[in-house]
Amino acid sequence: MNTEIAGIAFTYFLTVILAIPLGKYIAKVYAGEKTFLDSVLGPVENLFFRWSGIAYKQEMNWKQHLQALLTINVWWFGWAMFVLMNQGWLPWNPDQNPSMSPDLAFNTAISFLVNCNLQHYSGETGMSYLGQIACLMFLQFVTAGTGMAACAVVFNAMKARTTDKLGNFYNYFVKSCTRILLPLSFVLAIILLWEGTPMNVAGKASITTLQGDTVQVSRGPVAAMVAIKQLGTNGGGFFGVNSAHPLENPSYLSNILECASIVLIPIAMIFALGYYLQRKRLAYIVFGVMTVGFLLFVVPSVYLEMQGNPALTQMGIEQNLGSMEGKETRFGAASSAFWAVATTVTSNGSVNAMHDSLTPLTGMFALLGMMINALYGGVGVGFLNFYVFMIIAVFIAGLMVGRTPEFLGKKIEAREMKIASIIALLHPLLILAGTALASFVYVGHPDLPWLNNPSFHGFSEMLYEYTSSAANNGSGFEGLGDNTPFWNISTGIVLILSRYLPIIGPIAIAGILANKKFVPESAGTLKTDTATFGLMVFAVIFIVAALAFFPALTLGPLAEYFTHK
Amino acid sequence: MKTQPSSLFQATLVKEALRSSFIKLNPVTLFRNPVMFTVALGTVVMLVVSLYSLTRHDQGTFGYNFLVFWVLFFTLLFANFAEAIAEARGKAQADSLRKTREETPAKLVQTSDEIQLVSSAQLKKGDVFICEAGDTIPSDGEIIEGLATIDESAITGESAPVIREAGGDKSSVTGGTKVLSDKIKVIVTTQPGESFLDKMIALVEGASRQKSPNEIALTILLASFTLIFVIVCVSLKPFADYAHTPITIAAFISLFVCLIPTTIGGLLSAIGIAGMDRALRANVITKSGKAVETAGDIDVLLLDKTGTITIGNRKATNFYPTQGVAPERFVQAMLLSSLADETPEGKSIIELAQSQGLSIPKLPVGVEWIKFTAETRSSGVNMPNGLRVRKGAVDAMRQMSVKAGFVFPEDMTQYATNIASNGGTPLIVTENEVVLGIIELQDIIKVGIQERFERLRKMGVKTVMVTGDNPLTAKYIAHKAGVDDFIAEAKPEDKMNYIKAEQANGKLVAMMGDGTNDAPALAQADVGVAMNSGTAAAKEAGNMVDLDNDPTKLIEIVEIGKQLLMTRGTLTTFSIANDVAKYFAIVPALFISSIPGLQGLNIMRLHSPESAILSAVIFNALIIPALIPLALKGVAYKPIGASALLRRNLLVYGLGGILIPFIGIKLLDIVVGMFF
Repeated sequence: MNTEIAGIAFTYFLTVILAIPLGKYIAKVYAGEKTFLDSVLGPVENLFFRWSGIAYKQEMNWKQHLQALLTINVWWFGWAMFVLMNQGWLPWNPDQNPSMSPDLAFNTAISFLVNCNLQHYSGETGMSYLGQIACLMFLQFVTAGTGMAACAVVFNAMKARTTDKLGNFYNYFVKSCTRILLPLSFVLAIILLWEGTPMNVAGKASITTLQGDTVQVSRGPVAAMVAIKQLGTNGGGFFGVNSAHPLENPSYLSNILECASIVLIPIAMIFALGYYLQRKRLAYIVFGVMTVGFLLFVVPSVYLEMQGNPALTQMGIEQNLGSMEGKETRFGAASSAFWAVATTVTSNGSVNAMHDSLTPLTGMFALLGMMINALYGGVGVGFLNFYVFMIIAVFIAGLMVGRTPEFLGKKIEAREMKIASIIALLHPLLILAGTALASFVYVGHPDLPWLNNPSFHGFSEMLYEYTSSAANNGSGFEGLGDNTPFWNISTGIVLILSRYLPIIGPIAIAGILANKKFVPESAGTLKTDTATFGLMVFAVIFIVAALAFFPALTLGPLAEYFTHK
Repeated sequence: MKTQPSSLFQATLVKEALRSSFIKLNPVTLFRNPVMFTVALGTVVMLVVSLYSLTRHDQGTFGYNFLVFWVLFFTLLFANFAEAIAEARGKAQADSLRKTREETPAKLVQTSDEIQLVSSAQLKKGDVFICEAGDTIPSDGEIIEGLATIDESAITGESAPVIREAGGDKSSVTGGTKVLSDKIKVIVTTQPGESFLDKMIALVEGASRQKSPNEIALTILLASFTLIFVIVCVSLKPFADYAHTPITIAAFISLFVCLIPTTIGGLLSAIGIAGMDRALRANVITKSGKAVETAGDIDVLLLDKTGTITIGNRKATNFYPTQGVAPERFVQAMLLSSLADETPEGKSIIELAQSQGLSIPKLPVGVEWIKFTAETRSSGVNMPNGLRVRKGAVDAMRQMSVKAGFVFPEDMTQYATNIASNGGTPLIVTENEVVLGIIELQDIIKVGIQERFERLRKMGVKTVMVTGDNPLTAKYIAHKAGVDDFIAEAKPEDKMNYIKAEQANGKLVAMMGDGTNDAPALAQADVGVAMNSGTAAAKEAGNMVDLDNDPTKLIEIVEIGKQLLMTRGTLTTFSIANDVAKYFAIVPALFISSIPGLQGLNIMRLHSPESAILSAVIFNALIIPALIPLALKGVAYKPIGASALLRRNLLVYGLGGILIPFIGIKLLDIVVGMFF
């Protein structure tokens, strides 16, 4: 087999094999069962709870959960703003990087707070080490932990019983960080260190090249940040070019591990669902639907990137390595295409290649991954998005078997449908309205220095920017002059709305359902753990979520593809 | 009355429906349905655009725009027609029921007991009237005095007359039925215009029809789909401007109308009405659309044994005198005990006695008949000479006998057990509290009832037999008939407790009942079907009334409920699946003139942009009337388990929904392509 393909196949299977025991472990953590880390981390957590005065055993209803979640986010925002706007004079700033301007700080704070990591600065020149560690890396941990805690609340609410007591938010949150994110990040960072990723607080190093020039090479606490940015579907790299940078992602091995880390926790969360609810078949179906969708994007993307650019082929240029524009030679076309899909189906957004240079259809698959945003998806929040699609699928499928719809023993009625509909509606609304606004402004002012590539590709760039924001992805098609007030503000609004509403919605639905009377299954009940139901969810995702973007995609990547075919 | 015209589209109904399809174009009416309301807005816009294109030419030709306008207008009309024809059918059904009770003279009893002849329309709740042999009963009511045989064939289609009498559970009479013999005094139980039938007619007619919870949830989902496509279409304008691709208003509106779920949107209310109508066709009056819907969710069905599981009543098939009693003496006592027993069981005992060569004796004056009561659980006769003959349930008779100081014979216990374990009912006959012997009554299980229960089991419905029999007999019959559970020696409160226990486990329970003592259970059950012959209290408590008094009707009602929900689900799926083909028809057509490369997306190879768009909207319009029969008849329910059912419906309506428009639009394009 082609070694490039063998490489990505290995990466994927490694991920799934690691995700199964991890899922079991996560389920134990949320169920409060004994795990092997109890003796080490138990005292640390207890100390933390004692200091903060949190009664972590006190059960909360869904409204209290949301209250806790949103309140703590406001505090983090304040902290982030403070650090970013004062990092210039604060310690740990060997390169003398300046404090951020208020609008840039605002943008950065919001984008890290919502687990998006849309970076309008470059790490080398825009951040102090204190900012990287105490602000950005901190947010990368806690926002991932927030998403996982929210998911744990929904898991709890899906149990077969009637209650409004859904565990304690702070307990879920702290344990997500200490028991799951921290140990995994630690292991990954150590391996990255071995592979050559720096981990220090020293300033730029001066190196004399073979040509005799002197170059300044940025360093810093890189390994730690790369680990959590990959594992927590954050995606905000230490350096500007993210995992394409040789110090962030030095080798093919580090590439495999970083790529596996992107989808590891999102997949493990699905298995955790199965173990936690003791509904393994349901977890397999969810995993199956997500995997089929994922493969539908991966297979053609890898194929297209390995085929090379047809425009270059027409010019008689041989491309037996595939389309290598904007890609790192140490990774190759296949592995870059795989990463591109992995990072967009999850809301990660780290990159190891230039997405602007992907062939048109691969670009479209990257876009579709974010438009659906539920194939594996972000840590915790990916399942929350999928949950909304499941609710809609259950509603229609339930009717089709002649019963008023019920999901895991709870009747789905008008109130839940209202919330699910709003959440399903929100994503296309934010993406299409944003892109429409940008197109409108651009048509009125064609002199704006936004687009380096007008025509279809320029449209794809704008579409990508809003899609990435709405999916809390954070990757960029780039090629778009996005550091302007228009883009900062409009994407900022999209970021906030698209982070919190899709968390509030599923928790509200799950909370309301948990409080309803539990109806045991009968022969007439729709089974949600069958392949047929999986097909139903798949159809809902593709017809409802993906097809809404068909006209927009037609004017972007599809027009580009068909015109230059 | 029972045999309904099976044709879906009767000429008179179609005419009426056509008329009201236009009346329903009233924006206030349209606003109730968000999907069709947006279509109406699009239609108005297209009319304006058509007029505009008479003078200017940047929006395409007048002919094209005008055609789009007409297609949209017809889309609206078709949707209205679907609702109107469903209403018309329901109304026609209800009217034919109502006709039986129009303007009949009523013999109103005045306070001073004198009788005044008034029209039935003038009867108010609480009025008392008298009916004699030959009279038609002018209004629904309850007998307060007397007993009569009544011909209810006008309502139920059943020709055999029934007996209604004051005081019992059979005290209710229905307007329009005819008294055949005797004289009764009846109190009116409903206000004019508020009978169940009147309520039903109002439900079918638009005004008072409330959307059921499930209908509301589905409307929300459909409205949100509509909103998504509003966003898709509105955002397309700046996108197209960016790509320098002018899109005509006709194309925008066509894309929008094609993408929103007009198929299900247009048929939704018709499906709901048709559900109630199907119930009515089964001679069941529903008090709300919700009740029909709930029926589809039923988990537990409480069925009375008699009449549902077994044919009418038990028959005496054998008798066994106890040791030391001559058979002749026993047969004599058995005959005496049953002479006043009007129940079929009693009659069958007399028949059995006659087959032993006895004839009905002439009785002396002063005979006292002892009626069956739930307390004594026995009946019989007191002769003037002091002889007391009784027959009754084994344990009741044993108690009576032992209390009087006699020993209950050993062989009788043995016989009783044998009879019971063979599904029979043992009846003990005593003379002056001394046990003489035992009669064996046998139940005859209805033909085909096992298959029906099997069907219910596959639907996920648990069947529970309710019977007054002892546990042994009940168990035998339950086993033989294939019910899942039984309540033996049932008292009314047992039903109630059973329902409550099931409901506490989250189950939905349906039951049928007729007596006043059934009323609390009927009210407690999620679906309570009262028999029309039942008391007013029972009818008030339940949420459906069965005009046929047929206990097996519950099974039909469950299927009607399931059909209703399934029809909604499958047509929603079909409607949404249609979007795939419509996208591929319209989206390339929008851009193809300025981006020729997109010809590659025109996978149907449609003739021209105009033809593609017209074909898509025409298909979208035609699919509504094409599916009206399905909406009215309902999707056939097959009890094959939920997963298999979903697979089947997904294949037919999901995959079919994806493929059919590809074929339909292509075929239409071949025709339309000749002109555009």
